[in-house]
Amino acid sequence: MSRPAPGRPTPGRGGGFGPRGIGRPVEKPKDFKGTVKRLAGYLKPHKWRLLLVLVAVVAGNVFAILSPRIMGQATTILFAGMMGRLQGTGSGVDFAAIGRILLFLGAAYAGNTLFNYIQQIIMVTVTQNTVYQLREEVSRKLSRLPLKYYDSTAHGDTLSRVTNDVDTVSQSLQQSVLQLITSVITIVGVTVMMLTISPVLTLLTLGMLPLSIAISTVIAKRSQQYFMRQQNILGQLNGHVEEVYTGHRIVKAYGLEQEVADAFSRVNHELYENGWKAQFVAGTIMPLIRFVGNLGYVVIAVAGGLFAARGAITVGNVQAFMQYSRQFGMPITELASIANVLQSAVAAAERVFELLDEEEEPADAPGARTLADARGEIALRDVTFGYQPDQAVLKHVNLEVSPGQLIAIVGPTGAGKTTLVNLLMRFYDVDSGAIYFDGHDIREIKRGNLRTMFGMVLQDTWLFEGTIKENIAYGKPGATDEEIYQAARAAYVDHFIRTLPQGYDTILRGDASGISQGQRQLLTIARAILADPVVLILDEATSSVDTRTERLIQKAMARLMEGRTSFVIAHRLSTILDADRILVINDGQIVEQGTHEELMALGGFYAELYNSQFVAATA
Amino acid sequence: MWKLRQYLRPYLLTVAVVSGLVFLEVLATLRLPDLMSRIVDEGIARGNLGLIWRTGAVMLLVALAGVACSLVGSYLASRASGAFGRDLRLGVFSRVGEFAPRDFDQFGAASLITRTTNDVQQVQQMFHMSMRMAMRAPLMAVGGVLMVVRKDAQLALILLALIPIMAALVALTIARGVPLFKGLQEKLDRLNLVVREQLMGVRVIRAFNREGDEQARFSRANRDLTQTALKVSRLMITLMPLLGLLINLTNIVIIWFAARRIDAGLMQVGNLMAFLQYTMQTFMAVMMLSMIFVNLPRASASAQRLAEVLDTEPSIKDPLQPKQVEQARGVVCFDQVTFSYPGAEKPVLSEISFTARPGEVIAIIGGTGSGKSTILELLLRFHDPDSGRITLDGVDIRELSQRDLRARIGYVPQQAVLFSGTIESNIRHGKGEATDPEVREAARIAQALEFITEREAGFAGEVAQGGTNLSGGQKQRLSIARALVRRPQIYLLDDSFSALDYRTDARLRQELAQAAKEATVIVVAQRVSTIMHAQQILVLEAGRIVGQGTHEELLQECSVYQEIVASQFGKEAVS
Repeated sequence: MSRPAPGRPTPGRGGGFGPRGIGRPVEKPKDFKGTVKRLAGYLKPHKWRLLLVLVAVVAGNVFAILSPRIMGQATTILFAGMMGRLQGTGSGVDFAAIGRILLFLGAAYAGNTLFNYIQQIIMVTVTQNTVYQLREEVSRKLSRLPLKYYDSTAHGDTLSRVTNDVDTVSQSLQQSVLQLITSVITIVGVTVMMLTISPVLTLLTLGMLPLSIAISTVIAKRSQQYFMRQQNILGQLNGHVEEVYTGHRIVKAYGLEQEVADAFSRVNHELYENGWKAQFVAGTIMPLIRFVGNLGYVVIAVAGGLFAARGAITVGNVQAFMQYSRQFGMPITELASIANVLQSAVAAAERVFELLDEEEEPADAPGARTLADARGEIALRDVTFGYQPDQAVLKHVNLEVSPGQLIAIVGPTGAGKTTLVNLLMRFYDVDSGAIYFDGHDIREIKRGNLRTMFGMVLQDTWLFEGTIKENIAYGKPGATDEEIYQAARAAYVDHFIRTLPQGYDTILRGDASGISQGQRQLLTIARAILADPVVLILDEATSSVDTRTERLIQKAMARLMEGRTSFVIAHRLSTILDADRILVINDGQIVEQGTHEELMALGGFYAELYNSQFVAATA
Repeated sequence: MWKLRQYLRPYLLTVAVVSGLVFLEVLATLRLPDLMSRIVDEGIARGNLGLIWRTGAVMLLVALAGVACSLVGSYLASRASGAFGRDLRLGVFSRVGEFAPRDFDQFGAASLITRTTNDVQQVQQMFHMSMRMAMRAPLMAVGGVLMVVRKDAQLALILLALIPIMAALVALTIARGVPLFKGLQEKLDRLNLVVREQLMGVRVIRAFNREGDEQARFSRANRDLTQTALKVSRLMITLMPLLGLLINLTNIVIIWFAARRIDAGLMQVGNLMAFLQYTMQTFMAVMMLSMIFVNLPRASASAQRLAEVLDTEPSIKDPLQPKQVEQARGVVCFDQVTFSYPGAEKPVLSEISFTARPGEVIAIIGGTGSGKSTILELLLRFHDPDSGRITLDGVDIRELSQRDLRARIGYVPQQAVLFSGTIESNIRHGKGEATDPEVREAARIAQALEFITEREAGFAGEVAQGGTNLSGGQKQRLSIARALVRRPQIYLLDDSFSALDYRTDARLRQELAQAAKEATVIVVAQRVSTIMHAQQILVLEAGRIVGQGTHEELLQECSVYQEIVASQFGKEAVS
């Protein structure tokens, strides 16, 4: 399931040497037939165009196959003219015949070019449209997949399905399919033409065939082994580089530069040893095939020459035959590579279809409502839920929250705190029981509407590549600059933003190292503040912010959330002392509920948790 | 590519030899039609069967010589390009190793990883391709033209007249195609970025109900990509057949003129046949060349990115003659140190002064972004101050070699970073020559012994890349053990206990205090409770020291400190 995205070589995109795919490892599809059928379904709306393409391919190739023969006629006439001169018998070259033949030849060339152009231009439109549709479909699919999918699938895997795999399909559709048809037509057509000229020469040419095939398969197999090993070593090397670069500061602090460089050199050298062999072995295929082609050329030149000298064949036909034998060699080697390319294309399509077949989030119930004037009253009644069917994370949980209350959720890691958020926002649905928002079962509220009620700041901050301003305004499209500044000030991040060179227009990048985790978190807090939700959820939101800043943020939040329900999940107990109610979750259950004082008086799990900090603090 | 010439230089000889071999191979290829024309003109025309056989044998030898040259060339080119890639990769890797964190951050880890791996691969491929194919094309063109001229100079004029047209078409393809291909790559990267962001941010997107907008964003990128891809394909589809047609029409013209010359007895048919093949081969070579050019932008973008890395001089370098500290004790002194990150409006640290002596614990406390960690990084010489100086035992640390300086420091970062290997090898990163008992002792003090011995393989237990098979707390403890094993004069602890539970935390602090009794300890902290007993506490706010003293002193006179304490213990603790 989890293939690392960078590991797989992407075919196509201007790849490199000779026929694509020869000698490279090939991925095999699981269900070739079914996938091809389904892929064909995408092409069905274009069937008339594709028919036209087919006609164009056949027509274009017929012209291509005919032209050497026509040119050969010209040569024969010229040869006759020459012989006539040599022997002093003939009347020289028959220019009228030559003119006629050249006219035919010109027409054949023009026809070939025209039909080639037609087939390609139609094909490219069809494939690009198909691929565009396919990508759109994947995108729509992604927005309908439940969180469960995202939580259980490596991002790299999904990413490579959307981009690499779709790309592979497009490349192959566009090029290989046409090539395949062309190759088959050429082989058949050329064989027929050759047979009409001389069965004996044809036999000689076909005799070369096993040689070509042997070369393509034997060497390709060797080279695949090398490439596979190279892929492995490359993986090792990438891993090492990734590790050393991520730990750059530690490498420096501990003076490990030499050590990591030595380790790198070892793998690097191994890569070289294997890499050049892979390259070399793959690189021998083309010259060898060219050699076989030349061999055929020589054989025909000699045999044709002998026949022609005896008058058994015309010179023009010998020339035509030479061209045919060249035309013949190409598609044979191409077929071998096309088979590989098509196979990996089908495998790619299969992966895309797998994604498209993932189970979707159930649609909104018919008659699902939109809440107007939401108050933020939340109730959980007998809620049971588990990520795996037999492992309940929450068991029979009951909870009533009045509008405006601040609820703190505490408990050891893995106790099920994040789960509550997943359920409240319907990222996951409960197994049994129900959750009510303002008295309505949340499954009867439109998902989109329900989620806008919540503002949340998650543990892993998510910012996209764009300006800081755009990132803050994400929760409220069309917010004015002043509103954005206000939100930033309320989140105590305004000052920091203004110390950046471009201020609010600073572009955040994926690996923006100039911005600390804490600051990123403050930005997401500003975003939540601006969104102005009915219910606020802070999921350990302030864990990377120091307690003092955290307290300031809490003050701002407290002001902001007057009359709003809010949930705070935190490890640090000092941050939740302000809560109206504290939920203590352990082992999937709410084990205690109450205010700080009540819980302390209870002397239970919470008191122990609190004391362990206080004791450690004063020790 | 040019920027990387230093790495190409060792292989210039190979390039020359490969070029020679390619040339020989081209000669062989061109010789075949020539020989064939003899078969026609002298063998067939005169019925000389012996000549046909003999010529055939020569052709076979020529073909063999051709393939031999080609194979040897391929061998040499593969070795050379492989070695070039290896050297370049090592060069980039070593250069990154010399980078100061600021140089490093300028690129970012992800980008540097791509550069070291993919970009090197791209450039290496291009080098290989240039040797094998780019050489072949012009040689073939030149050779072809020469042969044509030799065969029939007058007829060759037609070819010479057509070459400029051909060249113009190819130039047009390159001029239009190169930017398009570049654009295609950018559009593809853009689509990748959008998808990656959507995958990572799915919760936020759904929470803010922005699925629609995100889909529109994807559609825009998708449409953009599709349109560019269509443009690229249409260009290629239009130009390639046009070139083909041009070649074919040339054939017709050649035959027509050749017919007249043959009729006049100035030319032989075999020569015409050879002539036609030369023309074809010349044009094919030129077309091949244009394909290589299409691939060039990608490789040149990669080369550009590599050159950027290689041309970046490490901003921190050792002095030419580093000083040795005579009596190393571990007295750290910051003297009016001011530092700003490059490009920032305000300094992150202003006029920081303090002295830390052996046997003392100096604690630094303050808000996010107040510059606590930066103080530690300055002492490690990850950055150099804008003004002021930092001394170690009276010597400015800029006058020491970085190696000597850092060898005296045990640094424990905020985020524990481990390397793949074993638990033991990770601890030993602190001191390569540590004895087994030393490693064990360090693990014991770091409170790691228990979980290590519980594991089946003990100290030989495997650590996965990024330490993913260990919990946060375990990683942190190993990271502390790594610092302990060196028995350094100076400990730098950057909020290093955050992932530990309270009991482990307390025990570890106790043991650590014992082990580091004679060392200088500088510790960055979030929780007041953990640093209350420090000899000196620095309170940082917006890069300035706003309080300096013991816990009790600060409680009396520092309002920021009071606020911090109040936020953690409640009001009553302050009064």
